[in-house]
Amino acid sequence: MPFIPHTEKDTREMLAVIGADSTADLFDEIPKELMIEHLPHVPEAMNEMQISRLMRQRAKMDGSPMCFIGAGAYEHHIPTAVWDIATRGEFYSAYTPYQAEASQGTLQVIYEYQTMITELTGLDVSNASLYDGASALAEASLMAVRSNRRVKTGRIMLAPGVNPIYEQVAAAIAGAQGLTFERLPQDAASGNIDFESLPEGKEPVAVVVQQPSFAGTLDDVDRLTDWAHAQGALLISIVNPTSLALLRPPGQWGAEGADIAIGEGQPLGVPMSSGGPYFGFMTCKQKHVRQMPGRIVGRTTDLDGNPGFALTLQAREQHIRRSKATSNICTNQGLMVTAATIYMSLLGYEGLVSVANTSHANTTLLADGLCGIAGVDRLYDAPYFHEVALKLDRPVAPILVALAERDILGGFDLTSTVGTDALLVCATETKTTADIETFIAAFAEVMTGG
Amino acid sequence: MSDLPGDLLYTKDHEWLRREDDGSVTIGITDHAQSALGDLVYVELPEVGQDVDDGGDMAVVESVKAASDVYAPISGSIAAVNEALADDPEKINTDPYGDGWIVRLQPSDGIDEGALMSPDDYQQFVDELDD
Repeated sequence: MPFIPHTEKDTREMLAVIGADSTADLFDEIPKELMIEHLPHVPEAMNEMQISRLMRQRAKMDGSPMCFIGAGAYEHHIPTAVWDIATRGEFYSAYTPYQAEASQGTLQVIYEYQTMITELTGLDVSNASLYDGASALAEASLMAVRSNRRVKTGRIMLAPGVNPIYEQVAAAIAGAQGLTFERLPQDAASGNIDFESLPEGKEPVAVVVQQPSFAGTLDDVDRLTDWAHAQGALLISIVNPTSLALLRPPGQWGAEGADIAIGEGQPLGVPMSSGGPYFGFMTCKQKHVRQMPGRIVGRTTDLDGNPGFALTLQAREQHIRRSKATSNICTNQGLMVTAATIYMSLLGYEGLVSVANTSHANTTLLADGLCGIAGVDRLYDAPYFHEVALKLDRPVAPILVALAERDILGGFDLTSTVGTDALLVCATETKTTADIETFIAAFAEVMTGG
Repeated sequence: MSDLPGDLLYTKDHEWLRREDDGSVTIGITDHAQSALGDLVYVELPEVGQDVDDGGDMAVVESVKAASDVYAPISGSIAAVNEALADDPEKINTDPYGDGWIVRLQPSDGIDEGALMSPDDYQQFVDELDD
């Protein structure tokens, strides 16, 4: 049942009016070489019964393994109240409604969200969210070019710890607009930036650092922020929101602070569910706000002096600025933002600190235990938050298969990323000491038995 | 509409130009344009030294309800920008032909006055728009 109200007769009549033979004719201007007949890996259309059956089969395949994988998406306990409230009819939409100011509750949720995210990141303004952390890097890079107009190179320099998938996504989105992405040199021992051989005179428009890095390490972000500013570049920080309960926020990095902070919001109350959904967050210094993509909700007072909420700075947006808008982003992840806002409200400051502390302690317990096994050692000598890279004396893939047979997802295979046999493990607050001991024992068994 | 200053030239994009003694040209938007935009909240200015082409984007004026490009009426390089607009964009509303000037341009070629309008022609152009 297609959700298109036109009958075949309607369609024929409309085509006759504009002088086209078929609906396909309307797409004539797209060059043939860009058209594809069908999408590979996408099956033919199914009806509702068939889809339900397929989804039940797929859901069963997930099982309920113990998960020690992080690498950008993190399993955290989500209080039941979060999604009970988020799925109430009043909130259950991905979008800000048309005539947004008529929905004061929706706007207030976004306003509270913006307030919480700016407090976490220590910056002045937040937008109402982006698609995900990876596309947030593309948006932040484009924003940096608009905001730092003095620099014409379009060169974005990435610290070695930036998630390689984020780089791919950013290059795919922003590459055709003249932006280039280059890596800063890496110190082999720590995996972090090699400050002794930073290139001078490259005129980067922005420098990007991820804290904690993709491999879990903590870098000297103060030093990099100051270096970026000395080069005339903006500093874009990619941060994990949970870690900000413990770590100094990007707004306080170096002498002047980061210019833009982005990241993946999934750890804040969004479940891991077959690869999504995610949401990106973005905050910046006040001076960059007019180049920020996405919606912003502000608080104001009405004619009677009562407080109220309104969309603000809309002249940046596509419904007003058309082709010159800062982005085509709207509020597409509003539902995830609603969940995140409720999650942060329920946990509060102390709750978030407790989640972060427990995750760090659990990961320490796990990493120390695993490093006690022959053939396992830390890959990098650097401080970490809740994820640690381990080097193995043998290929990683068979180890992970053997652990999966024991119902354990044993980590993210870093081998192709770092070019050596390595594994990235993470233990959040969802793991008990017994869980961690079970994992360590299984790992030891697989290493000696395999 | 208030009287148009007689010493300026005008464009169909509702901009005005004033020839300065040093050969440069001061540019702003007309009273009609500021009134159509409403209260201005932000002006995005070009960089001094930047080259602009006739008809190309030069600045952006943003009001509470719209954002509008200011096009270069002639080719040249930006000699000066009105920095005061950064803190006080409403100068364009209150004094569009004076303190509300936007940029000063050093023309790279001559000024083709045939492509521009006299005060009388512009007044007629605006009157016809209003009809």
